[in-house]
Amino acid sequence: MDKPFAITLDPGSSLANHTGSWRTSRPVYLDRLPPCNNQCPAGEDIQGWLFHAESGNYEKAWRHLTKDNPFPATMGRVCYHSCEGVCNRAKLDAPVGINSVERFLGDEAIKQGWKLAPPASESGKHVLVVGAGPSGMSAAYHLRRLGHRVTVHDAGPFMGGMMRFGIPKYRLPREVLDAEMQRVVDIGVEVKLNSKVDNILDSMKAGKFDAAFLAVGAHIGKRAYIPAGDTAKIVDAISVLRSMEGEDKPMLGRRVVVYGGGNTAIDVARTAKRMGADPIIVYRRNREKAPAHDFEIEEALQEGIMVKWLSTIKQAGESSITIEKMALDEKGFPQPTGEFETMDADSVVLALGQDVDLGLLNGVPGLEVSDGVVKVAANMMTGHPGIFAGGDMVPADRNVTVAIGHGKKAARNIDAWLKGTTHVPAPKHELATFERLNTWYYADAPKTVRPMLDIIRRQSTFDEVQGGLDESTALFEARRCLSCGNCFECDNCYGVCPDNAVIKLGPGKRFAFNYDYCKGCGMCVSECPCGAIKMEAEEI
Amino acid sequence: MSLQTVSFYQTGTFTVGNRLLAAEERSVQANMQRTNSLNSGHRACQGCGEALGARYAIDAAMIASKGQLIAANATGCLEVFSTPYPETSWQIPWIHSLFGNTAAVATGIAAAIKVKKHKGQGGDVRVVAQGGDGGTTDIGFGCLSGMFERNDDVLYICYDNGGYMNTGVQRSSATPPAARTATTMPVGPEPGNAFGQGKFVPAIAMAHEIPYVATATVADLRDLEYKVTRAMGMRGARYIHILVPCPLGWGAAAQDTILLARLAKETGIFPVFEAEYGEVKSALQIRRPLPVEDYLRLQKRYAHLFGKTPAVATIARIQAQADKNIRRYGLLAKEAA
Repeated sequence: MDKPFAITLDPGSSLANHTGSWRTSRPVYLDRLPPCNNQCPAGEDIQGWLFHAESGNYEKAWRHLTKDNPFPATMGRVCYHSCEGVCNRAKLDAPVGINSVERFLGDEAIKQGWKLAPPASESGKHVLVVGAGPSGMSAAYHLRRLGHRVTVHDAGPFMGGMMRFGIPKYRLPREVLDAEMQRVVDIGVEVKLNSKVDNILDSMKAGKFDAAFLAVGAHIGKRAYIPAGDTAKIVDAISVLRSMEGEDKPMLGRRVVVYGGGNTAIDVARTAKRMGADPIIVYRRNREKAPAHDFEIEEALQEGIMVKWLSTIKQAGESSITIEKMALDEKGFPQPTGEFETMDADSVVLALGQDVDLGLLNGVPGLEVSDGVVKVAANMMTGHPGIFAGGDMVPADRNVTVAIGHGKKAARNIDAWLKGTTHVPAPKHELATFERLNTWYYADAPKTVRPMLDIIRRQSTFDEVQGGLDESTALFEARRCLSCGNCFECDNCYGVCPDNAVIKLGPGKRFAFNYDYCKGCGMCVSECPCGAIKMEAEEI
Repeated sequence: MSLQTVSFYQTGTFTVGNRLLAAEERSVQANMQRTNSLNSGHRACQGCGEALGARYAIDAAMIASKGQLIAANATGCLEVFSTPYPETSWQIPWIHSLFGNTAAVATGIAAAIKVKKHKGQGGDVRVVAQGGDGGTTDIGFGCLSGMFERNDDVLYICYDNGGYMNTGVQRSSATPPAARTATTMPVGPEPGNAFGQGKFVPAIAMAHEIPYVATATVADLRDLEYKVTRAMGMRGARYIHILVPCPLGWGAAAQDTILLARLAKETGIFPVFEAEYGEVKSALQIRRPLPVEDYLRLQKRYAHLFGKTPAVATIARIQAQADKNIRRYGLLAKEAA
């Protein structure tokens, strides 16, 4: 009414001016798939649990981790952590020590006595799991969490399968393995040891099981024909590793020749070394062609284990063997050269791979076996409805992590099958590649910040004889995670918007766009460190 | 530099916020209750560096003055886009008078506050004057110099986008050499703005030996907030010069505003430092040294340097200026030592 001279309007706020109408493309938040998660054979949400570890909430991190994998302390020791091989941080300095943080969380859980959560309700279904190894116990855990009654049968005297009978103690202390196995039992999984399933259909019928998951592993050592005298001592590597678990330690003598170039050959040679023997590995191809992980070969060499590359055993006698030198042809296959050599040998350990004992599947209709392993569909089900299989007995890479992943995958599919539905995995997010990141924002680590950690990291990721990370170094390592593709609430989008068009929703709730005012400049996208925002064209 | 050095927290203080930092160590902009001094709905272009810089600076000044702040504003983009009659985007007491007299208006407000305090009226209200480079380095320079010389209790903030962007991208005395503007077209033997002209007002402010002079960019929020807070903790004439990239005038992509400010600092084109009573006290170190070409190439105002035959000599002259900044302000001192 009474306005100053020449003023006819009341002052208003610019909020009346919806600048969002200028926009031709809009920013949207999204989660991209971090390369580590994409790589993990056990399907862990690595970035997800590192997020909680970063804030020092180790229990939450452990609970997040064990949603996918119930054995972090074991994994933190024996997993070949291919996740670290694809870590985006490697392009900045060095990959995040995911494996060592996982081990820290696993050890912390054992130390603090954290328990897995039992299922919220019972489904009334009963599932038979054959084999208490990584795959079987993983499946048992996931099935139990889904509310099913689970009974595990194992032919052996202990839980753990190949984790116990194939992996030496210096890589996986037994109390760690026992603690993680027991935790699965504690949520109500019944485990029957020394109870071999001879015929799966009979067992299922007798126990009134609704479904079965087979994970018997590959425990039969492959043999190779070696002309040998009556007195020559030839044993297979798996038997040697298995007998290490019992009272009667294997008698191998002083000069032990290990025949093979895989991880088992390395394990058995290093075990023999620890028993006071002088092991020599004989392998027909060269180091580059050896299936064993190179770091395991390196560690074996560091421990003083000799390797005869490009050699085959022609003959074995009581106290010596004859080897023939080989040469690789142009296709990379070893060919005999006719050059022979004799060396002392008290025993020969064959580490030439393992076969699966498929006896329990005799007479099961619909089943398909090729190359000594059972064929399974994408949902892990064999040709026989209701019988699923995983781990070393199906066609896949043979390692603990893959086996654990099979267990999880099978459990989800068994659950769906029992409900008469099909399990449809959530669609994978697009990959959070390095180019999606704005790495300017990540503080430099570790070289400039804590040079000591390099040494700790090296020790922890290699030799299990060495200790794990302590709390401060584990926290440091977790905080090196770039959180690729997933918002970690750095407030950058909230800060850099010239139009206040980003709404901060509060801790743990991330952010939202106010499209009334967002002009679509895209600054939030380019300044997001982890690539968790993208521009989408507006429909005009 | 008295910015805190944190032990390793993933992104340290490079990002706006950091959930791993204690609340008191976080930036003003990370706060859900920040003033938003310059509110949504303003009519600045997409990706405007000045709108961003103004909110960064004034929000920090509001915290430092406990909300007791009056801002005087020169004519320019900032005034035009924020206050088309009868709307305002400002959530603080704000006054606009003329293009050239902002420093004098602020001086007057400061004097009025002083008198009121003398009479026992009103509390400790602080005064900020702000303008673009045109209103500061050209048109308002006489008033600004007078404000410095009298040591009036005003913090003057210049948002430098290197030209008269609001009226159609004309050259100002802060336009960098070789840059194309509407009045320095890329024609003739020395295309774009001439070398050896223009002025760097922070150095002139330092010559007045006022209590505090600092430069900042919108790419280093923590540094900018630190400097505003520090300036607000002092009395007398203070001057902060903030580089604010202009997508329109620089011919750059809207999403590259912060990137360009960062590159200006990392290449040494724009030295980021603080000075007290005429002496440089510290300089923000270059983290990842880069050639000036990385900065120039992203801007169409320099496109004529990168034609069929790149203007190698001109680029070298710009590089030499950057190198001089690095030497003069010790931008790479740590590496050199």
